[in-house]
Amino acid sequence: MARKRKPTLAVWKFASCDGCQLSLLDCEDELLEVAALVEIANFVEASRAVQKGPYDVSLVEGSITTSHDAERIHQVRRASKKLVTIGACATAGGIQALRNFRNVREFTSIVYASPQWIETLSKSMPIADHVFVDYELRGCPINKYQLLEVLGAILQGRKPALPSHGVCVDCKLNGTVCVTVASGTPCLGPVTHAGCGALCPSFARGCYGCFGPKATPNTSALATFWAEGGMRRLDIVRAFRSFNASAEAFRRESEIHDA
Amino acid sequence: MTRKTIAVDYLARVEGEGGFTVKVKDGRVAGVKVNIFEPPRFFEAFLRGRLYGEAPDITARICGICPVAYQMSAIHAMEDAFGVTVAPGVRTLRRLLYCGEWIESHALHVFMLHAPDFLGYEDAIRMAVDHGDVVKLALRVKKIGNEVMRVVGGREVHPVNMRVGGVYRAPARGHLEALVPDLRWAQGAAAEAVRFTAGLPFPDFERDYEFVALRHPDTYAIEDGRIVSSRGLDIAIRDYTQWFVEEHVQHSHALHSSLKGRGAYHVGPLARYNLNFDRLPAHVQDLAREAGLGPACRNPFKSIVVRAVELLYACGEALRLIEEYERPDPPVATISPRAATGHGCTEAPRGILYHRYRLDDLGVIQDAKIVPPTAQNLTTMEQDLAAFAEPRLKMPLDKLTWQCEQAVRNYDPCISCATHALKVRIEEE
Repeated sequence: MARKRKPTLAVWKFASCDGCQLSLLDCEDELLEVAALVEIANFVEASRAVQKGPYDVSLVEGSITTSHDAERIHQVRRASKKLVTIGACATAGGIQALRNFRNVREFTSIVYASPQWIETLSKSMPIADHVFVDYELRGCPINKYQLLEVLGAILQGRKPALPSHGVCVDCKLNGTVCVTVASGTPCLGPVTHAGCGALCPSFARGCYGCFGPKATPNTSALATFWAEGGMRRLDIVRAFRSFNASAEAFRRESEIHDA
Repeated sequence: MTRKTIAVDYLARVEGEGGFTVKVKDGRVAGVKVNIFEPPRFFEAFLRGRLYGEAPDITARICGICPVAYQMSAIHAMEDAFGVTVAPGVRTLRRLLYCGEWIESHALHVFMLHAPDFLGYEDAIRMAVDHGDVVKLALRVKKIGNEVMRVVGGREVHPVNMRVGGVYRAPARGHLEALVPDLRWAQGAAAEAVRFTAGLPFPDFERDYEFVALRHPDTYAIEDGRIVSSRGLDIAIRDYTQWFVEEHVQHSHALHSSLKGRGAYHVGPLARYNLNFDRLPAHVQDLAREAGLGPACRNPFKSIVVRAVELLYACGEALRLIEEYERPDPPVATISPRAATGHGCTEAPRGILYHRYRLDDLGVIQDAKIVPPTAQNLTTMEQDLAAFAEPRLKMPLDKLTWQCEQAVRNYDPCISCATHALKVRIEEE
């Protein structure tokens, strides 16, 4: 009897901090088990052995910021049966999407002495703006247990069980006292996608939106509430404009206050 | 006339995207370039206009491997600008969090990224087939480092608990004490790691580097100290830019650093070890000697042993910090922003990380400068490659290419950091 071929996994990096693919190596208890179930065929951060595609599953980290990368993502898509984007950069453009609100030429000349050597696009864009994406994992960084869930689901041919509710629900589930109600701390929890386990409120700090907007975020109600509490316009802009600044709901809300 | 090229287009087992090219002409190395093609992300540009309190979390996103280093250098720069002194308990928590990052990062690099080179494996997963116990030990040590970061910082990648002036929530003693049994085990495992790495085969290669690191009067410097070098430099952190310059070169998205009038220098574990050996506890010094390291070590391939020594130190230091911890109350100092410039420099796992911010009277960032360790090592890496490859040009190309890769990985380069990437290419024209 022929032995069944192990599914192949590839990990790709675009503009990012490497933290989301590190989450795979951070699965200390599960890494060797994962490696027993899938063939890690292309994971440059971990191995110098690179196999040619096609691959059964590709994990894509990072955003598209150069014309070369805009071409490369199409090659990755063609070589991948399932493509999963991991993290805020890949799903929303990441912190580097702050350039989308400014002039990138000016940005280049602030950082580099010879800006003419730097080739870069005017916007940092999510992967889904360029190719079809099968699943998206939010977060800055992603939650490694969600990553294991998606990998497990794909291997078993089922739909991954991922939450779609907001951070507020997780605070209630954790029994964490609401930081806004108790101490007036501004918190993006009401409009932010769950996934971190409502971490910041458990540290007595407001959520700062690592997982981006939830499915039905009422950002304008939150911004109005903040403004009534005396929050300055610029601070409202800053709150919506961080690691998921270019995610539609957050981008729109920040632009309303950045008039 | 013979020409050849040793080329690695996309260097593996490093954080980020880069490669290198060694050009060979008539049996001599004609040029070396470490190419960084990681796309630029412009952190220094978009930090302008952000509030001082946002810098620690924003700059953490430069690197998912050493976010704590970014948070600490940013926080120290802001506290320097505003003249803030933090509670002793806060200092303990910060150093403890930093030890967690050193443990996690060093365990990752020593075993998962670097050891496979010495033993001839493509990666740690293939190495695990023959050395399962070593890989499992490494994963457990790494996990304990991550656990320290979770307890103190909330999560291992981009922790959430650090802020300018202190922490958001100071953990109770009991929560920290729960880490003690694991850290004790990790201390034993790290000692094994020192012995294991000492037994690896090392190429015969030394260079006379100018080592640069922080130095502290009492402790092995991590988050505080003066910037010193092996050739007599001894300056305050705020004088960094008077001595160090960054240059934009065409083949790289990372700026290259040098010491004014002196050239390339070396930062990271080897530099710290050479400059601060006398600050290590006696039992760590003894084990280092047993591993064949003297107080001085100039073979960059032995950085893997030095990382294991630092791993051992970080585990013991974490235990000491938990012992001395007193919960700060309140957990944060009062901050009064003022127009000023602040400087911060701390020892990231890969070497000194310098931040400078100019702030207005509301604490809004007017200008930011960030110099990561990998950018400071780039010229030294290029010089290492040239010096290492030249006497070995008769070796088979695939073997030499692999050893050149290993020579770059000696620095545990973090390319994501350096561009705020590495590719290897040995070319014979």
